[in-house]
Amino acid sequence: MGFKHKDIIGLQDLTREEIQLLLDTADNMKEINSRDIKKVPTLRGKTVVNVFYEASTRTRTSFEIAAKRLSADTINISASTSSVTKGETLSDTARNILAMKPDIIVMRHAASGAHHYLAQRVSCSVINAGDGAHEHPSQGLLDMLTMRQKFGTIEGLTVAIVGDITHSRVARSDIFGLTKMGAHVRLAGPPTMMPPGIERLGNVTVCRDMREAIEGVDVVMMLRIQLERQGKTLLPTLREYARYYGLNPQNLKLAKPGAMVMHPGPINRGVELSSYVADSDQSAILTQVENGVAVRMAMLYHVSGGELATE
Amino acid sequence: MNLLIKGGRVIDPSQGIDEVLDILVENGAIKELGKGLAAPAGAGVVDAAGLIVTPGLIDMHVHLRDPGLEYKEDIVTGTRAAAAGGFTSVACMPNTKPVNDNKAVTSYIVAKAKAEGLVNVFPVGSITQGSKGDALAEMGDLKEAGCVAVSDDGRPVTSSELMRRALEYAKGMGIMVISHAEDLSLVGEGVMNEGFVSTELGLKGIPWAAEDAATARDVYLAEFTNSPLHIAHVSTMGSLRIIRNAKARGVKVTCETAPHYFSLTDDAVRGYNTNAKMNPPLRTADDLAAVKEALKDGTIDAIATDHAPHHLDEKDVEFNVALNGIIGLETSLPLSLKLVEEGVLTLPALVEKMACNPAAILGIDRGTLRQGAVADITVIDPAAVWTVEAGALASKSKNSPFLGWEMKGAAAYTIVGGTVVHSRG
Repeated sequence: MGFKHKDIIGLQDLTREEIQLLLDTADNMKEINSRDIKKVPTLRGKTVVNVFYEASTRTRTSFEIAAKRLSADTINISASTSSVTKGETLSDTARNILAMKPDIIVMRHAASGAHHYLAQRVSCSVINAGDGAHEHPSQGLLDMLTMRQKFGTIEGLTVAIVGDITHSRVARSDIFGLTKMGAHVRLAGPPTMMPPGIERLGNVTVCRDMREAIEGVDVVMMLRIQLERQGKTLLPTLREYARYYGLNPQNLKLAKPGAMVMHPGPINRGVELSSYVADSDQSAILTQVENGVAVRMAMLYHVSGGELATE
Repeated sequence: MNLLIKGGRVIDPSQGIDEVLDILVENGAIKELGKGLAAPAGAGVVDAAGLIVTPGLIDMHVHLRDPGLEYKEDIVTGTRAAAAGGFTSVACMPNTKPVNDNKAVTSYIVAKAKAEGLVNVFPVGSITQGSKGDALAEMGDLKEAGCVAVSDDGRPVTSSELMRRALEYAKGMGIMVISHAEDLSLVGEGVMNEGFVSTELGLKGIPWAAEDAATARDVYLAEFTNSPLHIAHVSTMGSLRIIRNAKARGVKVTCETAPHYFSLTDDAVRGYNTNAKMNPPLRTADDLAAVKEALKDGTIDAIATDHAPHHLDEKDVEFNVALNGIIGLETSLPLSLKLVEEGVLTLPALVEKMACNPAAILGIDRGTLRQGAVADITVIDPAAVWTVEAGALASKSKNSPFLGWEMKGAAAYTIVGGTVVHSRG
């Protein structure tokens, strides 16, 4: 089957088969990344513009490497979030970028729905590299790819996602993707960070505390506490957060033996994860990063038609 | 000019009338209601057979954006939209530029409306100077210049002490206080109703408690000061419970809701539709049901639109930066008539909420077809079917979530002071 979408805005919009296709393609792309010459001509002559309204090193670099390995020309634009208040609207920025005839715009934006808005206004493809607290589909896909590599399938896995669910676009993409692929998701976090109705997003259980959430799970996904977002009202102190919602060798024992520990990064060491856990054999954090390139190659490939040979 | 409105179903709850009658208008006033009235020489005749004739509809909550924000709307276009929607009177909120917190601004609005407006404009002055919530506005002057109420609409009076004093002072001046009930610290950076949809869309939510808590405070202050209070744009089940309870205790509280709160839920935000962004935000199906119940049992006294025009550039942006508000004057009547079709309200009860009660709350001599009253009359064609199209709207702004909707019911004629200011052609 082919991939029929012009854009990838979120995993909520994709079918199980489409997610499967993206993961399968990413698996194929991984091979390219392990070659001596890590470059194929697949997207030669295509222009990919990375527009990042929010600071990001990891995701932007990953998308840039992905595009370059497929031989696309890449341009990075770092737009300040304050450009809206300075006068240029997102719509005008889009028009200006579009006038330069790109094939794909990869955007990160602080406003939930910004990609939805952009995609309706430009003829080129739009890939969401994170919009507000809405979706981060490439992260969701790389998380699923990492799980699939270890467990062979996502169907039937139980995954605990712990932390600030309210503000997490990673959590939403993971929930949409994982539940669509047949996993069961458990959520835990302070009630100040648990949005209403989240259990209705799919096969999701909200747990009373972290220990309940991670008991017997295959995967523990720890979310980053975004210090800049928590303000003064959501948490008393990071110390207490670490104590009740941090993953350490003791509570990790509640999960299945050898359970996989994941984190979208960057880590606040000693807060979400103790260093011991972060650096242990059970941690898949660096595999996630590695898989990020392959997943993004797959996304770029499929939105640009996917007809060209990958090898 | 004299006018004979022939053979319409006349519904005037102020006199308990609901029957087919003729109405004779002479020199801008109601001369006679009766059967088989003859048109005097030279009188215009409106054939109202099959139509409904009511006291002129009153929208007690609109934003005309004039002075200062005329790129969104002005008194001419706003009153034209009102006339097209069947309204003969509107009360306009003070969040203009400058704020209507002094008699100079009030006088400007009154004068311009008189000279160029199509319908009656009753200004609402601000509660506090500049609507900043720091010091009381000169309510005596405002009333003298023509204001019919005071409100800091668009924002609450955050200080409970100041709200208390506003209620006391306004009572002395004989002017109604209209509360925009919202606890801003609970709203925070919220941009839509907090609930399942905000969770799914990843948008910051506004909890219903932000409205309920503020409603409760203002209702208790009204009770404490024994002052009349009107709560604007009520949207939650909880607020309605508080108001119903207060009314039962004899507190002098009235309230209004807007057609979007009984026509839409926060589902309308899906797709990041900025034309579904308003304040208070669209709520859930439970709230919508509670609003209908409260319309039915009389807890809600009035239907007002909160007509809030914004320029396309202010809506054609990312959801979180889009301005709050939608236009409503031209869609209010058909959306409200749907309540009759659904059995929520009888036609006379609807006319009460759209004409009689707003007049009574604001203390204006309208909302009746009594002999001698000003001939403000709306003739409604309940069967008219039409589609809401941006190009056909009289309002300068087109920010409506109802664009493309098929509507049933329209104003066939809008008559202000005996003059037909709108007829459906």
